[in-house]
Amino acid sequence: MLFLKLFFEFFKTGLFSIGGGLATVPFLQDISAKTGWFSFHDLADMIAVAESTPGPLGVNMATYVGYTTGLSQYGLAGGILGAAIATLGLVVPSIIVILIIAFFLSKFKDNKYVKAVFYGLRPASVGLISAAGIGIVLIAFFNAKNIYSLANGINFKVEHFILAAVILIASRWIPKVKDLHPICFILFAAVVGVVFNFAA
Amino acid sequence: MSEYLDLFLTFARVGGLTFGGGYAMLPILEREICTNKNWAKPEELMDYYAIGQCTPGIIAVNLATFIGKQKKGILGGIIATIGVVFPSLVIITLIAALISNFSDLLWVKNAFAGIRICVCVLIFNSVIKLFKNSVKDVFTFIIFLAVALGSVFLDISPIIYIIVAGILGAVIKSLSVGSQIEKEEK
Repeated sequence: MLFLKLFFEFFKTGLFSIGGGLATVPFLQDISAKTGWFSFHDLADMIAVAESTPGPLGVNMATYVGYTTGLSQYGLAGGILGAAIATLGLVVPSIIVILIIAFFLSKFKDNKYVKAVFYGLRPASVGLISAAGIGIVLIAFFNAKNIYSLANGINFKVEHFILAAVILIASRWIPKVKDLHPICFILFAAVVGVVFNFAA
Repeated sequence: MSEYLDLFLTFARVGGLTFGGGYAMLPILEREICTNKNWAKPEELMDYYAIGQCTPGIIAVNLATFIGKQKKGILGGIIATIGVVFPSLVIITLIAALISNFSDLLWVKNAFAGIRICVCVLIFNSVIKLFKNSVKDVFTFIIFLAVALGSVFLDISPIIYIIVAGILGAVIKSLSVGSQIEKEEK
């Protein structure tokens, strides 16, 4: 039964992929090799679409894989059902694990040892987010996969830095503008990107 | 009922307005959850990220479940999670059904090249704010710096950093509490 298998495969992906959405990629490769639902080439397209649409990457991937897999066997209705089931499979492990942790955390949140652990966790969490931010900077500004790719030569476009400077100033220092919802800046950047051919 | 609807709609907004992975969600979450709704303090958001990074599943879903659970119990956690995935489900299905080679379209590529630049700046703004709330002394600064540099230059799983930082936090705190007691006894 395809839908049961879809659920099970994405349940496994959700259970074992730890970290951001791209952590799901090795599991999706495994699904591809095992089931033949989609090829490695399809997977590259799926990652591209997941990255070019709103929503968390991992969820987008699950929805896309579920849709194409269901569609190929049962038509449109199968596609929609497949998308929902794959996504459900992906999130169920998170829901279970996090609910258990949240239960214990709210019970022990005033415990001094728990507080001491979080005293160390918070700066680590900010550090991880900063590093992820630097990773996005490398991709967005230098088209580099990681810090070591910069050794092969640094390529960048002045327009990218101008846009970054404009958004930085607007979102931090210009009165009223800085209180705008982040999506306003995102939309502005999208328009600038299209008008000035940023991907070229 | 209306509180559950509020949870669903708020997280649907977060899901629909996030471009990129769970980290790109941070500026939107901070605005919607901390500033607009006051459901969590920025430093609590850091706790949830720390937990979300070292538990199974993708970070965005882990965060939604966590905040929903803290706000409205188990059902709240489930509803917030459904909310955060709902826009993806609709948008991806529509794109997959209607537009072939969506990601090859030139305007999509250009728009996302612009969006990525913006997301960098927004994450930077969020990090500055969270830094002030989480890095309060020399120990926490060292932990921050070590984790940030370590994850830029080395290929080590975030789980390791989180576990080590948690242990360090407990050790530093219990040592400094101990030295405070000694001082008081003197």
